[in-house]
Amino acid sequence: MDSYKTFDYDVLVIGAGGAGLRASIEASGCGASVGLVCKSLLGKAHTVMAEGGIAAALSNVDGRDDWRTHFADTMRGGQYVNNYRMAELHAQEAPDRVRELEAWGAVFDRTKDQKILQRNFGGHKYPRLAHVGDRTGLEMIRTLQDHGIHQGIDVHMECTIIRLLKDGDRIAGAFGYDRERGKFRLFNARAVVLATGGYGRAYKITSNSWEYTGDGHSLAYDAGADLIDMEYLQFHPTGMVWPPSVRGILVTEGVRGEGGVLRNSEGERFMFQDIPDLYKNQTADNPEEGWIYTQGDKEARRPPELLTRDHVARCIVREVKEGRGSPHGGVFLDISWIKEKIENAPEHIRRKLPSMYHQFKELANLDITEEPMEVGPTTHYAMGGIRVDGDTQMSSVPGLFAAGECAGGMHGANRLGGNSLSDLLVFGKRAGEYAASFAKENDGATVNETAVADTIKWALEPIERQEAAGSASESPYQIQYDLQDTMQELVGIVRNQAEMDEAVEKIAALKQRADQAVAPGNREYNPGWHTALDLHNLLTVSEAVAKTAAQRKESRGAHFREDYPEKSEDWGGNSLVVRKGGDGEMEITREPVMEVPAELQEIIEENR
Amino acid sequence: MSTATFKIWRGDAKGGEFRDYETEITDGMVVLDAIHQIQAESANDLAVRWNCKAGKCGSCSAEVNGMPKLMCMTRMDTIDVDKPVTVEPIKAFPTTKDLVTDVSWNFEVKKKIKKFKPRPPDAEDGTWRVAQEDVDRVQEFRKCIECFLCQDVCHVLRDHQKTEEFIGPRFLVYAAALDMHPLDTEDRLEDLKDKHGIGFCNITKCCTHVCPEHITITDNAIIPLKERVADRFYDPVMRILRALFGKKKAAKPPAAEAGAHESTKVE
Repeated sequence: MDSYKTFDYDVLVIGAGGAGLRASIEASGCGASVGLVCKSLLGKAHTVMAEGGIAAALSNVDGRDDWRTHFADTMRGGQYVNNYRMAELHAQEAPDRVRELEAWGAVFDRTKDQKILQRNFGGHKYPRLAHVGDRTGLEMIRTLQDHGIHQGIDVHMECTIIRLLKDGDRIAGAFGYDRERGKFRLFNARAVVLATGGYGRAYKITSNSWEYTGDGHSLAYDAGADLIDMEYLQFHPTGMVWPPSVRGILVTEGVRGEGGVLRNSEGERFMFQDIPDLYKNQTADNPEEGWIYTQGDKEARRPPELLTRDHVARCIVREVKEGRGSPHGGVFLDISWIKEKIENAPEHIRRKLPSMYHQFKELANLDITEEPMEVGPTTHYAMGGIRVDGDTQMSSVPGLFAAGECAGGMHGANRLGGNSLSDLLVFGKRAGEYAASFAKENDGATVNETAVADTIKWALEPIERQEAAGSASESPYQIQYDLQDTMQELVGIVRNQAEMDEAVEKIAALKQRADQAVAPGNREYNPGWHTALDLHNLLTVSEAVAKTAAQRKESRGAHFREDYPEKSEDWGGNSLVVRKGGDGEMEITREPVMEVPAELQEIIEENR
Repeated sequence: MSTATFKIWRGDAKGGEFRDYETEITDGMVVLDAIHQIQAESANDLAVRWNCKAGKCGSCSAEVNGMPKLMCMTRMDTIDVDKPVTVEPIKAFPTTKDLVTDVSWNFEVKKKIKKFKPRPPDAEDGTWRVAQEDVDRVQEFRKCIECFLCQDVCHVLRDHQKTEEFIGPRFLVYAAALDMHPLDTEDRLEDLKDKHGIGFCNITKCCTHVCPEHITITDNAIIPLKERVADRFYDPVMRILRALFGKKKAAKPPAAEAGAHESTKVE
């Protein structure tokens, strides 16, 4: 058998974005020995891409804001199927987590009275997002990284985990390989925190990087943990659409928060035409009111461009479908028009949205201070994920925790912009804290040697197959492309039964092909091999998404079906839970949505 | 649509060679797209680092036609494809494989720089009051995406391999961001002079020239740090003042004692 290096930790954290770093810092601070594993170099994780800000009811800009309003906004955005306890803790604790970042050196933009500045964002009643221009994610990850490197955390960069190991029911560690040399590593751990992000790479048009292959979702599923809400996948309304090679790259919601408007090819502000009942009271009914809202008028209501992401994405799809799209199949997002309203508009735009200016200038040869951008929906964020306890973040497997995007429940059927960075901080901290105490309270576990041997054999197959395969070999890249086409075409923004059933069949066929994938070359830094191994995760997650989406016969939040375009009360009371059955087949069960306690229900009603 | 020939360096720490690959170039493509296309079509095991593909993570640094660049932000229509396009790994660090280099030294260096040490909070809720004007300057430095292109072109590292004595432009920017942080109270000047080798920089400005975030590395970060070091250690008047009034005050009074904290950060 192939040899491997062994490492022992109280807590092993998998993933070094916002949630993983925050969990590591917390666990280490609680006295646990911590190993942190990440697929990329430290500080490159997807958190770095977050642009708009961190949602927290600091009430620095509008004194009327408080955690209750943030909680109610989050529940409304999630169409009331959220894990209410997570939404509650998130709203209560986010302000402290932001202040803590400042204490660790983060440099936020400031208000005139020298506090942390907050900006408007979709679905948030008040200006709530602490930010740094449009590079908040970079500020956050760098702050956590620079703080974390002094906390005695053992970092394993460019290392991929391919299997979680158990001792009976509980977690015992994880097994993986270092990407540089292709050598295996065994991590014995009393507790494991998954913080691996999402799975946008299952789609063709996505704002996500190569890392987003649903590793945590799939690792947890294989280890016997429950997944929840997998049918809810957020398509961000504004990704770049032109040129083709940058299709899907994110255009921050901050553009709209600063006064940017959406128009169709007829020059119409089409978002005014379709304002959902749930948001009628809070949405401006004329352009002037929308504009003064973005400029801080507290009496004004927000413009319809700042409705929730699921809704805006669907309106864009409708405009394109009905022939009112932009030349390259999107719509127009215009911030340059604000020169009619304010002096020095170009300079203002460059200061407020520096990376957007840079991104369009460099990649599309377009000056956003002069011309409108072309934008369209892009796969962005997984609401669904590992089912966890709201307080501790522990999954249904003892000792296995999850935080951030790979955990499910917090955002319900649709996430509000800005709530993900705060989610990472609040639940990263909680996961780290409870993982450390689990490690303290439980003895070390013993990993199963047979499982290790099986994993090694499985992992080396794509490389070993190359000698046998010859010309009939199946490229892992091609399988991934075909999966991306399938998910994009058949389980996208607008869904129907026939297409999703077709997707389920296609995914089954792709699984067969993936078992024959061949990776030419050796084990040293071999992206073909890495892609072949990632396929297992992508396919597992895609199957869960397609199957749950096919089952939920209603439209809710990000899950929209043209054959069932309305919400159903019956479905609204149920969540879909995915787990691996005894026979290895995927099982999906309907379970009631957690009942919101009376005092929280009151807050929701007050804010309707 | 046109076809371009790429000369891509293939090899590892033991050695390697340029190999030719042809691929189709379509509208708006960047160098990284071409590399990925080649990887999928004809070189499945071609090693390349990347993440965001939008110039935000700083993973895909390489030398394109000899110039240090982020491959994701280098559009093909800015390159003459009548001639082969060479793509090779950054050279200041050891090669791992193909376009991937071992940049781990950078992560070790960062740990040696004294961490952020804020003054006590100004407000009861544990927060600080800071004006936008006072953070503008450090915000420039905090734009850094750690692509290490500045390290790559710095001759002290690239040609003279002074990795034991010199931390390089990236970490001088990092030190400047800490030193000019309006809340920070730590003193890093002695380290900059003795351990971090700020004297090695002779301000050729190559780092500023290649920075994809357009940080004015030399003028805004390194030169002010050099001035502080010079004031502290080489100015005879300051030396006398220091002998009379104690060590730290002369160069950088601790903010807590200074009253108006803004003034402590101005040159």
